[in-house]
Amino acid sequence: MANSVDRAATAARIAEVIEPFNKNAIAIDETTSFAGDLEWDSLTVMDFVAAIEDEFDIIISMNQQAEIETYGQLIDAVTKLQG
Amino acid sequence: METVMTDLFSKFDPLIETRRSLLATGVTDPFSLVMEKVLSPTTAICSGRETILLGTYNYMGMTFDPDVIAAGKQALDDFGAGTTGSRVLNGTYAGHRAVEEALKEFYAMDHAMVFSTGYQANLGIISTIAGKGDYIVLDIDSHASIWDGCKMGDAEVVPFKHNDIEAMEKRLRRIPEGAGKLVVLEGVYSMLGDIAPLKEMIRIAKSYGAMVLVDEAHSMGFIGPNGRGVAEDQGVLDDVDFVIGTFSKSVGTVGGFCVSNHPKFEIMRLVCRPYVFTASLPPSVVATAATSIRKLMHAGNKRAHLWENSRTLHGALTKLGFKLGTEEPQSAIIAVIMPDLERGAMMWEALLREGLYVNLARPPATPAGMTLLRCSLCAEHTAEQVQVIAGMFERAGKAVGII
Repeated sequence: MANSVDRAATAARIAEVIEPFNKNAIAIDETTSFAGDLEWDSLTVMDFVAAIEDEFDIIISMNQQAEIETYGQLIDAVTKLQG
Repeated sequence: METVMTDLFSKFDPLIETRRSLLATGVTDPFSLVMEKVLSPTTAICSGRETILLGTYNYMGMTFDPDVIAAGKQALDDFGAGTTGSRVLNGTYAGHRAVEEALKEFYAMDHAMVFSTGYQANLGIISTIAGKGDYIVLDIDSHASIWDGCKMGDAEVVPFKHNDIEAMEKRLRRIPEGAGKLVVLEGVYSMLGDIAPLKEMIRIAKSYGAMVLVDEAHSMGFIGPNGRGVAEDQGVLDDVDFVIGTFSKSVGTVGGFCVSNHPKFEIMRLVCRPYVFTASLPPSVVATAATSIRKLMHAGNKRAHLWENSRTLHGALTKLGFKLGTEEPQSAIIAVIMPDLERGAMMWEALLREGLYVNLARPPATPAGMTLLRCSLCAEHTAEQVQVIAGMFERAGKAVGII
């Protein structure tokens, strides 16, 4: 896989960004769901998306956000958006 | 095989439960109030009691203006109760053209297009002009009609933090080269009654080559030297590509519109589905709207009195210890922040018992999950009424334990 290194690097940066948002210190893996497991309200989601966008200098539109349900899908999406 | 029917209503269960538990406390249902008789722009009979209206957006009190009512009656007599047709078929009467002429004069713009509601104006214009591959950059606290317009079109939707100039600029900067861009802003945000820093935001939007749409629903008639809204007040109306407005606030009836100087604007009448596939406004409505808009062009004294009312009530409520949506009055909306929905509903009911109607606003309509008692002042509220209102807030606030 050509971009597995990119994906690992991206995952590491996302892990750092998500930490201050994970107030209940829930153990996060690739299958963790934002709505179901992290139970974030819409404001937290907005602030988190903005933090990810700023970290990687990308746009994650609402249309793209609708497709991202799990932590793994977020890493995939951000890896792809940097390309 | 046994067929199991999925109840499509089960998704509403959490809301049904919230409502049930709120009403179980014995509080009057804030969302099923009936006005039995409306006495004036500022008073009505609710549950047999004379009530001061402080939650109607009837900013300029045009609903009972004698000239406005006379124009409506005349149009009923001359043109009948309704058009029974779309604007592009049999639904354009002389009155529809006349109200569009009045809007063009009011805003000093080249084109005006009238919709059957303000909701449809945003829905129609936004979904039609921003299509697949285009980007819409909008404030996160935008009105539901703006969000629904975004959803109905196929554009990429990119929200930014409320009134955050830097957050808006970052998003504009990241949009791929060559993509079409629409920035959507509001003059007055109706939940907290705060205004947008349009001057700076529009300057930045233009520097990135974006088109700009500003919803001035809550500013028309009294903000800006000619009542054209916040963009006029901040001297940037010429840089706004599309102004969206409504007849259901300062104008005093119902309907929505878009005014623009875009040279190709008229094509919207053929491509905008919420415009094409809806019956047009009744003749009496467009006649009242046109008369009202023309009177609003010369309403300087009323504007001054409305601002006076807004400042007086804002000052009185602040002094009483209520938490308000803005530190200083920025519009004719004063939002009183409640600690939670239950006490908000109690306070709402206590005010109604005092003889005062305000809007109870709750999530998801409100930002940050807030419960608000939203007050909108009217140019027809007398100075005495504003004092009476402050007294009602004091008694109700103490009874409920909020102040």
